Amino acid sequence: MGSNLRHLTNPLIANNPITLQILGICSALAVTTSLTTALVMSGALTFVLCLSSAVISLIRHHIPPVIRLIVQITIIASLVIVIDGFLKAYAFDVSLQISIFVGLIVTNCLVLGRAEAFAMHNPVGPSVLDALGNGLGYTLILTIVGSIRELLGAGTLLGYTILRSPAEGGWFQPLGLMQLAPSAFFIIGLLVWAIRARWTGQVTAPKYRLKYRRVQR
Amino acid sequence: MIDILITSMFHQNLVLTSFLGICTFLAVSERFETAVGLGLAITVVQTITVPINQLIYTGLLVEGAWDWLGLPQVDLTYLKLVAFIGVIAAMVQILEMGLDRFAPWLYRALGVFLPLITVNCAVLGGSLFMVERQYNLTESIVFGFGSGAGWALAIIAFAAIRERLKYSDMPDGLQGLGGAFIIAGLMSLGFSALAGVGP
Repeated sequence: MGSNLRHLTNPLIANNPITLQILGICSALAVTTSLTTALVMSGALTFVLCLSSAVISLIRHHIPPVIRLIVQITIIASLVIVIDGFLKAYAFDVSLQISIFVGLIVTNCLVLGRAEAFAMHNPVGPSVLDALGNGLGYTLILTIVGSIRELLGAGTLLGYTILRSPAEGGWFQPLGLMQLAPSAFFIIGLLVWAIRARWTGQVTAPKYRLKYRRVQR
Repeated sequence: MIDILITSMFHQNLVLTSFLGICTFLAVSERFETAVGLGLAITVVQTITVPINQLIYTGLLVEGAWDWLGLPQVDLTYLKLVAFIGVIAAMVQILEMGLDRFAPWLYRALGVFLPLITVNCAVLGGSLFMVERQYNLTESIVFGFGSGAGWALAIIAFAAIRERLKYSDMPDGLQGLGGAFIIAGLMSLGFSALAGVGP
């Protein structure tokens, strides 16, 4: 059980899908303008990830290797259609904000990547734990980025006002840039920097050593 | 028409404002030559698949498309994901065989990236945007080409910058992924500054 638990906790920070494996970044950047959309998207992705891993792991001995990609994508696409319909029925406003990105879970490299790398070679139990762990790692990063962008961009969290704008008698001037595309890149970039400063094992070795590095002035 | 072209190429650039195809964008931009090849492949695939998906969507899936068979109630739009991904996978496969036969030099240049385009979210995303913005056939051809070319433009510029950055003295934690994100953010700022261009 100890080794199975590792599948769950490992992807949280030590092997995080976004900041280390570079999987599933597209949606992570796009849906983080507010915390609500980030959480809904994380939920949808974790749901699809767990179920697809379970199904693919169940039938892994019966999938011919040549057409495995098509089989995997079909399974994932069916699950995505389910969750897309569910969101349209029960959370219509949020599903409008996320727009095409729920559909894009089909080509999310995180889902396909875990199916291909883990679920194809492991029994159901560890596969689901691995999927859940990666889903939670994804959720963690999205929650952090979503909180920062919504708090600084609009002064709210989950729609509730935290920092009042001058018009409402507060002091906080919302930063419009936080709601735009570039800030998502910057925040994840800085997040990666912070994580790698703390866990130095994740640092990418520079390709070329400079001959005169850090010149003394 | 020109408006759609310019918009989709620059300030609504797929990769820098809609964040589509970021994974490939980060992974395949280490070398300039491969970035050019991949950009070219994406442009071609995008220009072909978006109009085809537009035809399939309006001809087969939309509510009322089966009117002529006496089935006006049938609404198959929920099948669009499966249909689109199938079209994309098939088109990539056909393109691969066609290139191998008629333009081997291009086939060799693109190499392993051609099959990978199937799971590139920029291609599927382009088709989904086409549905959401309700483009007609001509508009979707223009949009397909514009967004593909915009993606190519972004990755080529990005790869060129990263080639130079290999020699720079960045903090350890920013080497690789972190630095790449910051550069992409700066490029995104630059591209969104082109918002006013066009008629």
